Amino acid sequence: MGAGHHHQLYLPGDSVVHRLPPQCKLLAVFAFAIVVVATPRERFWAFAAYAVLLGAVALVARVPGTYVLRRMAIEVPFVLFAFLIPVIGLGERTTILGMSLSVPGLWAAWNILAKATLGVIASILLAATTEPRVILIGAQRLRLPALLVQIAMFMLRYMDVIVDEMRRMRVARESRGFEARDLRQVPVIARSAGALFIRSYERGERVHLAMLSRGYSGQMPILHDISASVRQWGIALALPAVALAVWGLSW
Amino acid sequence: MGTFVVNSLDVRQLAYAYPDGTQALFGVDLSIARGERVALLGPNGAGKTTLVMHLNGILTAGHGSVTVAGTPVRKDTLKEIRQRVGLVFQDPDDQLFMPTVKDDVAFGPANAGVRGEELDRVVKDALERVGMLEAADRPPHHLSFGQRRRVAVATVLAMAPEILVLDEPSSNLDPAARRELAEILRSLDVTVLMVTHDLPYALELCERSLILSGGVIAADGPTRELLSDAELLAEHRLELPYGFAIPAV
Amino acid sequence: MHVPDGFFNAATSVSAGAVAAAGVAVCLRGARRELDDRTAPMAGLVAAFIFAVQMLNFPVAAGTSGHLLGGALAAILVGPYTGVLCMAVVLLVQGVFFADGGLTALGINITIMGIVTVLVGWGVFRLVTRLAGGKVALAAFLGSLVSVPAAALVFTVLFWIGGTAPIEVGAVAAAMGGVHVLIGVGEAVITAVTVSAVLAVRPDLVYGARGLAKPLVLRGAEGTSTTVDEQPEPAAAPGKLRPFLLGGLGLALVLAGIVSFFASSSPDGLEAVAENKGFIDQASDHLFGSWALADYGEVGGIPVGVAGIIGVGAVLLVAGAVAYAARGRAKVKA
Repeated sequence: MGAGHHHQLYLPGDSVVHRLPPQCKLLAVFAFAIVVVATPRERFWAFAAYAVLLGAVALVARVPGTYVLRRMAIEVPFVLFAFLIPVIGLGERTTILGMSLSVPGLWAAWNILAKATLGVIASILLAATTEPRVILIGAQRLRLPALLVQIAMFMLRYMDVIVDEMRRMRVARESRGFEARDLRQVPVIARSAGALFIRSYERGERVHLAMLSRGYSGQMPILHDISASVRQWGIALALPAVALAVWGLSW
Repeated sequence: MGTFVVNSLDVRQLAYAYPDGTQALFGVDLSIARGERVALLGPNGAGKTTLVMHLNGILTAGHGSVTVAGTPVRKDTLKEIRQRVGLVFQDPDDQLFMPTVKDDVAFGPANAGVRGEELDRVVKDALERVGMLEAADRPPHHLSFGQRRRVAVATVLAMAPEILVLDEPSSNLDPAARRELAEILRSLDVTVLMVTHDLPYALELCERSLILSGGVIAADGPTRELLSDAELLAEHRLELPYGFAIPAV
Repeated sequence: MHVPDGFFNAATSVSAGAVAAAGVAVCLRGARRELDDRTAPMAGLVAAFIFAVQMLNFPVAAGTSGHLLGGALAAILVGPYTGVLCMAVVLLVQGVFFADGGLTALGINITIMGIVTVLVGWGVFRLVTRLAGGKVALAAFLGSLVSVPAAALVFTVLFWIGGTAPIEVGAVAAAMGGVHVLIGVGEAVITAVTVSAVLAVRPDLVYGARGLAKPLVLRGAEGTSTTVDEQPEPAAAPGKLRPFLLGGLGLALVLAGIVSFFASSSPDGLEAVAENKGFIDQASDHLFGSWALADYGEVGGIPVGVAGIIGVGAVLLVAGAVAYAARGRAKVKA
């Protein structure tokens, strides 16, 4: 029950950010991420400025900081990896807290942490202010191949259904006393993965039949087309433009 | 259409075998007049779903013919046929594949070339008829099962079909949702073919019933009469629920 | 394994993006051939399945656990083109909607986790099914076993070329490879059992086993049975290994060429710092530091980009020779 609620990505709202056409936001976030990645890491204050920019967007969009923080957990595995780099890195070494660390490695770790964090926050803000299906409409506007957009649409639609089926199978396994402890239990899990695949595939076939029954002939009808005004493009691209200016000024 | 009465559905001597050689239909004959509500009853494996798949040309007849409002089901008439035969699948999740309820209802008419305000009107009208207008902008998977089935009916109604074909419409519904759906179906002025083994539901909604068994129509008559014939039911693995008595008229 | 922003310099990210886009474009056409107008719903559902399966964690060694990448599994179940497409969409959705994997790293993620795992997994799978004569589970096991460390190695090499941290490529490759062989074992067990489970119930759904169906048997009334020789549907798709491999090789060359060209033509922040601080000489003692090709630059008078292509070419020559020899032997046996 309640499929789709366990990972609420979209926070409904009516801010300027929410109202911007999706293609503008997508392009803005991509451009912003590229500027961030291209910024040399020793320009500390440029990164601080980027963070302030994102903070301003979050404020305008009324996305609570706690929400952003909670969703940033996705970053954790690579944060751990980043902490490893100074240990295994090459080059000049320095001693911090009794540990011998590579100086270039420390730089690299800072670089990854800063850029990854800014990228993650930008993506979170995009997803928080734009409904998933609307993002896909924007992607199609940006000339992402229609077939790719449709596949993503079907994936988003059925993701929860399939994950739910998987969860039910796990409950069924565990209610019969199964517990995954080590590699020996893998075959049991894999067999349910096989069953899950068959269910998914057969559902795909049924969905295709349902589409045929309503006149599908290989082309999805375009039901929405969101056009953006010059002003909206201007507002959206202000984010990467300011970031670019910061980048330029930090020389 | 002319002034003479054309049946909504005519099936003549329909036989079909799956590619693997299993034969499912052995010469089905049935006619449904315009405006009728008919139940198609039968045990599991009787060929009900196979028959339904023929009605809008998903499967093509090995022998015999299917005619919808005078138009034979053929490769060159498929587009028209699929417009006229509204199939409501058993699992609404198979049918509701678009991101929102509104988009899903719009899918069929949009494929038929309806656009713009006309499309909006058709969608609104169909959702109103099943009482789901307020859910128009919601994603289908946020609705209850009963609501999803009603939206599935709306997706088909939006195509203004000649005949509505429902596969097990009452399955998985709680009593209230079941009653609501019955009210909706009764309020529609379209021909209905309801495939089910929920006999009380058939009795409640359909004057006439067909029993499909062993790949042929084994009985055809008023629902009340068929369901009163205990011997007939037993012969075709059909059973009324425990304690159910056919109410007096 | 989802690479975030900032791991690779901008040039490498963009080049990998171009490679991923080209690969996905090829696969869009290929998948249309495999599935025609069923492509969107089928690939969408399989992508949702891969997304769900990636949530399956399995214990690797003491205290650590890995999760399925699913590239080899997707390739074997639905075919390489559709497999790449499904992986690409999963990564796209994870990046854009879940912030899992950076937007600028999307190309890298699709290249490594989509294209490389599918190419390697499918290639090994096909090779083994040909050599070992239809042992699908074994082939699935080996294909996915190899695909994971292969992806890890490609990651390491890419990171060495265009990463933002100085690493000793040999050591890191060994470490990454080692860990991922372990993860690969888990992946291999799951893939093999999953494929066998599907094979047992719906053999028609396993793309990689299409050419291996038994001939139909007709039973006569008196217990006689005859075998039908011709297949009703010729197993078209799995035969098309060669164009697929050729496409893969082409991609590898383009990747190596573009990436090494851009990577070394725009030194990133680290190299700038390193030059300023004067420890660039320290950083150059790579494993093959004195070799002409070692720095993917103009060390030995060989222009950038060409070095990468030569490297990939050499590896391919060796691999091709091995594969050719193996194939030849299989033919003699048959």
